[in-house]
Amino acid sequence: MATPIKTLKEIPREELFTPGHRLCAGCGIPQLVRMVLKAIPGPKVIVNATGCLEVATTIYPYTSWKVPWVHNAFENVAATAAGIEAAFKALEKKRGVKRPKIIALAGDGGTFDIGLQALSGALERGHDMIFICYDNEAYMNTGIQRSGATPRGAATTTTPAGSVVPGKIERKKDLMGIAISHGVRYAATMNPAYPVDMYNKIVKAASVEGPTVLHYFCPCPTGWRFDTAKSIEVSRLAVQTRYWPLYEYEDGTYRINVVVRNPRPLEDFLKLQGRFAHLLRPENKHILEQLKRDVEENWNRLMKLAGLS
Amino acid sequence: MRVAQTAYARQQRVGMTGNEAVAYAVKQADVDVIAAYPITPQTIIVERLAEYVNNGELNAVYIPAESEHSALSACVGAALAGARVFTATASQGLALMWEILWIASALRTTIVMALANRALSAPINIHCSHDDAYACRDTGWIQFFAENVQEAYDLTLMAFRVSEDKRVLFPSIVNLDGFILSHGLEALYVLSDDAVKGFIPPKEPVYPIDPERPMTYGPLALFDYYMEFKKVQAEAFKRVYPVILETFGKYEEISGRRYSPVKTYLMEDAEVAVVVLGSSAGTARYVARRLRAKGQKVGVVSLTLYRPFPAGDLAKALRGLKAVVVMDRSYSFGSPGAQLFMDVATALYHERERPLLINAIYGLGGRDLMPQHVEEAFEVAREAARTGEVKEREIWLGVR
Repeated sequence: MATPIKTLKEIPREELFTPGHRLCAGCGIPQLVRMVLKAIPGPKVIVNATGCLEVATTIYPYTSWKVPWVHNAFENVAATAAGIEAAFKALEKKRGVKRPKIIALAGDGGTFDIGLQALSGALERGHDMIFICYDNEAYMNTGIQRSGATPRGAATTTTPAGSVVPGKIERKKDLMGIAISHGVRYAATMNPAYPVDMYNKIVKAASVEGPTVLHYFCPCPTGWRFDTAKSIEVSRLAVQTRYWPLYEYEDGTYRINVVVRNPRPLEDFLKLQGRFAHLLRPENKHILEQLKRDVEENWNRLMKLAGLS
Repeated sequence: MRVAQTAYARQQRVGMTGNEAVAYAVKQADVDVIAAYPITPQTIIVERLAEYVNNGELNAVYIPAESEHSALSACVGAALAGARVFTATASQGLALMWEILWIASALRTTIVMALANRALSAPINIHCSHDDAYACRDTGWIQFFAENVQEAYDLTLMAFRVSEDKRVLFPSIVNLDGFILSHGLEALYVLSDDAVKGFIPPKEPVYPIDPERPMTYGPLALFDYYMEFKKVQAEAFKRVYPVILETFGKYEEISGRRYSPVKTYLMEDAEVAVVVLGSSAGTARYVARRLRAKGQKVGVVSLTLYRPFPAGDLAKALRGLKAVVVMDRSYSFGSPGAQLFMDVATALYHERERPLLINAIYGLGGRDLMPQHVEEAFEVAREAARTGEVKEREIWLGVR
């Protein structure tokens, strides 16, 4: 495996994801995609679930992709990637065709919810692929509906902050836990405010034979309602408040990559985003407290797993 | 027929069920990827294929998918990557695949699927109806119907050649009646591996996924382009029929077995006929033969090809008849007739003179079609022919 990089200057300059796409200003997806295409050298195939990334980058007759890109449907990206992987395995054996790296990209809907069964099947069967979830914590492409990845308390168009029910009342699913329990050898969380960490994790995931899962914090100014200039600030606060722990799982070992000793108050992260505005009002204090408990419990659990507590 | 005799001399006569015959054909076709999910009455096909792969008799990757939806999704990915791909399903499994059927066709994949026809729930039932085949008639898949095990074997081989033909590039379904054919043991002739290799050479993929030549597969196209995509697909599908005829001809050369989209039996001077799909054709012919002996001018028309629908050839076959009973092993609630009936009626509409049409519903959920049911259908047709009137447009055969 390549030595981990230390600064952004070491990242290849070549761009395989071209400008002109229709992703929103401040969207976290393009940074992920550019990083993926830079960190994984050599032949590769992108398999994309239906979602923001798919609709915004391949509006016929245009495409932003200088690598093979395949879109089948919404819930089946892992299965489609599995088929491509299997085909190249067969064609390598029978006709000496070179096997490319297979990278599946899906939003949280295509990963946590409608795509979970296909993902589970592909992970269990052990297909050689990198599955990357860009998690913007709701169905953004259809207009900000709640998903299994939406955090407790957040307002979406299907969990509006009403006077009786103040936003989503359920907890976010633990995707990393789901992936790890399938026996994957490598899984990691990523965040655009930590690009070096992100780059090195993609490299590591690509170096593992078999399925790996990367879970990316994907800021969404449109859905979360914040200033498009503040994407990185919001993302960094997600880590610094312990809301989004940066950690990795590798062959049985957990490692917290950014150990946040003195966390910023969660409110610093919440107050920048319209989706949480109602949580800061006194009548919704109980939901805010629950969300804080979610964050704290998750952090303590990870610290224990990483042998740091 | 000298050609046929030579051809048969090189073939082996074996006993197989429909499922085994399909699996054997798929092995001889040397597929690269199989992705499937078990479902009765198809399961034995994929079990046999898994055995072939695990015993080293077939050099392919077998994906035991976690659902039919994922199975077909994986097939789409594998086909785009340039592999020869096979799957099999039935009924509920096909219904779960349905979303991806459209995509498989529109992306011009060359997947071959065996469909062991089974009734759709509810009530849940594992036996034969043609609900599943009918339910995907509009999705852009070629559909063949086998009437016996020999045909299930032959059509599976031909499906690969037709689908992968560069003038076609559409996926194919080979229908075989659940249990009646899938589990029915029959004697059949199988070709040598070499003969199959000559008939279906290794796949030459068109625009496969290739990092050296990056392409975008499955983009978004809205009101400004979507319609052109569909028009192109429609025009391409219209060019499939002659390739199927040509393939039937090539297959006859190596096998001695003649295929035709529309099969006619005792139709030369017939006054009434039944139109039927699948294994029931044999029963219908048996009855027709007996009625002929009694002097009744009856005939049988059966279809080997369901999509593209052989409308012109069928209309020709039914020309001059007084009454026709269209036999449907399914039902279309609220429609002006069951599915095959609507196709036949449409095919006949443009004819100057049309026979009277009656729709017979039969055999749902595996209910046996007995000779007396076919006799009943012929009797209804003869009465209509006699009186010049259709008493009941829809009759149900064998229902209590």
